[in-house]
Amino acid sequence: MFGFGMAYEGLAFWLPLIWAGVLAVAVAMYVIADGFDLGVGILFKGARDENWRDRMMFSVAPIWDGNETWLILGGGGLFAVFHIAYAILMPALYVPITLMLVALIFRGVAFEFRFKSDRSKFLWDNAFHYGSLVATFSQGLVLGAFVQGFSHDGHQFTGGVLDFLTPFSVMTGIGLVCGYGLLGATWCVMKTTGELEIWARRMALRFLVATMMAMAVVSIWVPFLGRNLDARWFAWPNIAFLAPIPLVTAFAAYRLYADLAAGRHVRPFFLAISLFMLGYLGLGVTLFPYIVPPSLTIWDTANTVSSQLFALVGFAIVLPFTFAYTAYAYWVFRGKVAEEIKGGGYH
Amino acid sequence: MELDALMLSRIQFGFTIAFHIIFPSFTIGLASWLVALEFNWLRTGNPLYKNLFRFWVKVFAVSFGLGVVSGIVMSYQFGTNWSRYSEFTGNVLGPVIAYEVLTAFFLEASFLGIMLFGWEKVGNRLHFVATCLVALGTLISAFWILSANSWMQTPDGFAIENGKAVPTDWFKVVFNPSFPLRYAHMVTACYLTTAFAIAGMSAWMLLRAWKEPESRLAGARKSLSMALWFAVVAVPLQIFIGDMHGLVVMEHQPVKLAAIEGNWDRQANMPLRLFALPDQAAETNHYEVAIPKIGSLILTHSFDGVVPGLKDVPAADRPPVWPVFFSFRIMVGIGFAMLGLSLWSLYLRFKGTLFSNRLFLRAAMIMTPSGFGAVLFGWFTAEIGRQPFVVYGHLRTADAVSPISASAVTASLLTFIVVYAFVFGFGSYYLAKLLRKGPDPVEDLPGEDLTKTARRPLSVPSEGIEGGPGHEAQTAR
Repeated sequence: MFGFGMAYEGLAFWLPLIWAGVLAVAVAMYVIADGFDLGVGILFKGARDENWRDRMMFSVAPIWDGNETWLILGGGGLFAVFHIAYAILMPALYVPITLMLVALIFRGVAFEFRFKSDRSKFLWDNAFHYGSLVATFSQGLVLGAFVQGFSHDGHQFTGGVLDFLTPFSVMTGIGLVCGYGLLGATWCVMKTTGELEIWARRMALRFLVATMMAMAVVSIWVPFLGRNLDARWFAWPNIAFLAPIPLVTAFAAYRLYADLAAGRHVRPFFLAISLFMLGYLGLGVTLFPYIVPPSLTIWDTANTVSSQLFALVGFAIVLPFTFAYTAYAYWVFRGKVAEEIKGGGYH
Repeated sequence: MELDALMLSRIQFGFTIAFHIIFPSFTIGLASWLVALEFNWLRTGNPLYKNLFRFWVKVFAVSFGLGVVSGIVMSYQFGTNWSRYSEFTGNVLGPVIAYEVLTAFFLEASFLGIMLFGWEKVGNRLHFVATCLVALGTLISAFWILSANSWMQTPDGFAIENGKAVPTDWFKVVFNPSFPLRYAHMVTACYLTTAFAIAGMSAWMLLRAWKEPESRLAGARKSLSMALWFAVVAVPLQIFIGDMHGLVVMEHQPVKLAAIEGNWDRQANMPLRLFALPDQAAETNHYEVAIPKIGSLILTHSFDGVVPGLKDVPAADRPPVWPVFFSFRIMVGIGFAMLGLSLWSLYLRFKGTLFSNRLFLRAAMIMTPSGFGAVLFGWFTAEIGRQPFVVYGHLRTADAVSPISASAVTASLLTFIVVYAFVFGFGSYYLAKLLRKGPDPVEDLPGEDLTKTARRPLSVPSEGIEGGPGHEAQTAR
């Protein structure tokens, strides 16, 4: 396939490919699911009053821990099937990952503590907002570092602890904050009513503009990273197949803008998701099949065939159920959040 | 002791996992406790149970939230700080950890939302299913994570190729020699942790009886009674499981056992050392207080049974003796204190003064955190006793650490300490606040429609048995 992984045959060839697909789906699920609840946290600071903050928080309270579980699956899945990649990437990303974890702790406990506090409520409002902001920015740093690549000896990371930090990774960090902000704002448009909804709509428009600008800057920047990452995009005949990606992206952004202006409730959220998925697809086209850019492929870092098979059995059985009851949980909590939230909403 | 990246990473892992383990060991027990309460409510229609459920589910939510966020840290730390360990064990433990995440965490996290927020939306029957699935999830989660932990203690079902562990038999990997008893020991420990926490908190409410409305005290009495019935059965069982587990340690990790016993020379007729100051450098104990021959009797079931000694292996292959020696004794001491309280409760119950004996209630209150202590010290015994290896006999801890700078680990360690102290401080404060408030008095239940009980889904025909002691002990489990 595209001349990659030719040294591998049979299961040793197919399994890493299947697994790359499974993990790509897990990461996508994470980005969508936790993306909007982190985005709600990013918007949180701008909320007008206590009641707005209660409603925003309550719109994600029943689902946030399920959303974050996808992140554990990302880490666990990488360890389960591409353990060499896990062993190289984690030390290389020591700082942003630690930052992200600490930030997630703050916003996670804010969910539980906020509803139980009175005088210290402002503390947890801030913990939720800044936790979400820092977690998102750290994930953006990881994304940037990933595009830049890592130094290694084939087994272990050989670079320095701050290698990840460059103007480019800071830019991807900012870009992701804008993107999650957009997801969060369209989520609030879908889940809330009244003035809060009108405000969320206005925020969504602003974050949409910011996100599109960030996507454009990053896309223009990538060829200047000196890694020849753009070659695949502009080589013939690829350009014919790949040209629709930016075109569809532009169209989705336009539709989103129009829908927000037209007062639609649900579709903006799904259009924002589709924008994310298009960006994600673009990233995949740029980096595949490298899991430790610039040189280690999914085949180079894969576990033994037996390990991949054993884990795949579990995934094949459990993932469909997971999708089903995740969908069910969302269905149960469908619709707009009530305007009055009492006592954390616990029954 | 040099504070290099290795030592700092060990401190960081020990600190973050010790913090983490507190919450799962509480929530594993609490989840099942909630199942018992909701089951009793559906069965009897007594609003007291629903009231207790509403109260304990809040405690559960706080603990579970703290468990989730401290758990995410764990799943990344294998890689960030122990990348050589990840490289060595990835083929074997990667899938086992993945199963933990898959089969359990999703179950818990997804149904948790329904359990916490969805009662009105899904109705009694589905809500009960959600509660059961959350409890099942906690148990499956423990299954896989303890399987991985046991494999590091007693690795099996693998071969070493190119310096890495490669699986040869998955059944042996998962059900490695120390796993079944470790799992039984840990789950029982979690249940006991919760039982003693509930008993202690209920005792505290009863001690403040003059301030409380009668209806609230009924809940505290019910909780105290259920928790102690459970303890009466489970504490002796736990001591029995622990003893069996010790035999597995002797067979598969003789050096760890020698450290637990403070036994330097391989010997028959080993005494039971109650107290000693082990001296690692001089390879001996000071100020030893011991009962002759009993050590051999416990471990080999005969007075002249031979027990392995620390000097069986070179000094470089021995764990630090004193932490293992003392941790074990503290754990066992707490276990016997639990046994004492359980027997005392049995005596008072038959005298009819269980809820009024203030000395007993005070003792139960003091025992509130005893289970957490036992879990932590038991875990210190197991993990420090495994040193200097991270995978017993195959990979040294010193060879498992990531190639990262000491300064990076120092920064992260300090961050974790500050953040955890802050979060844990507030967590304890809110838990204490919740407990001080206690369950709502029964007559205050908002919108409670008592006629609903006629249509309850799980009605049991013979309600006469409710309140019978044997029955409560069953449902509390």
